[in-house]
Amino acid sequence: MKLLYFAWLRERVGLAEEEPEVPAEIGDVAGLIRWLAGRGDNFARAFADLSVVRVAVNQEYVGLDQEIAPGDEIAFFPPLTGG
Amino acid sequence: MIRVQREDFDPGAEIERLIAGQTGIGGVVSFTGLVRDLTGDLAGMTLEHYPGMTEAKLAEIEAEAGRRWPLSASLIIHRVGPLKPGDRIVLVVAASPHRDAAFEACRFLIDWLKTKAPFWKSEQTATGPRWVDQRASDDAAAARWDPAADDPAENTAGRTEPAPGRTGPAPDRSKPAMGWEKTAARD
Repeated sequence: MKLLYFAWLRERVGLAEEEPEVPAEIGDVAGLIRWLAGRGDNFARAFADLSVVRVAVNQEYVGLDQEIAPGDEIAFFPPLTGG
Repeated sequence: MIRVQREDFDPGAEIERLIAGQTGIGGVVSFTGLVRDLTGDLAGMTLEHYPGMTEAKLAEIEAEAGRRWPLSASLIIHRVGPLKPGDRIVLVVAASPHRDAAFEACRFLIDWLKTKAPFWKSEQTATGPRWVDQRASDDAAAARWDPAADDPAENTAGRTEPAPGRTGPAPDRSKPAMGWEKTAARD
């Protein structure tokens, strides 16, 4: 599973991307975030307020209940501010 | 046509190239977005994006404009990387046989781009860098064009149910879904 972090999520986590060994029982985005937040203070800070975290799975915007699978590209980022 | 690039662009030259030889075009409307310094202390700005997804979303937005209005040509250029106050950030252009379509499609392109394309602005100020917050007015501008009420890109990641009172009629299947229009529509 490839994880990407953008903007202040990238800064708080301290990584732009990683391919961690995610436990097989984690089946959705919410579960993945819970698991990530338990990996360290940097992750806990990044995911402390989910109202300002957006998620894309395989480059499509999704909600927390989105199912995930090995091989997915999952991106975490703040609300969009382009234009 | 869409482009994501670090380099500046020349709006006039881009428009000329876009419409060259197309005598069916009756009007061209363009919007150029600039780095704005309202407080006088903005040293610069950096545009970050999600390579790959950015291009895919811009192409979807452009295609949606083409479905909604009779466009002869359209163009989205968005810059990334470091920018200074006054620099051009974005250009959107809509050309059509009819001016109404050109005006409306241009406004649609920039409104949707601002809330649906994965870009993030970081401002460099006297007190240090800060990530720009999303503006509610941008959401409202984009929502004008969008009958779909519940947008995972715009709402909290945790909210997967339609908001109370927005559970109305079924989505209008005559309009193609773009991935974020996942739930109930409103008219």
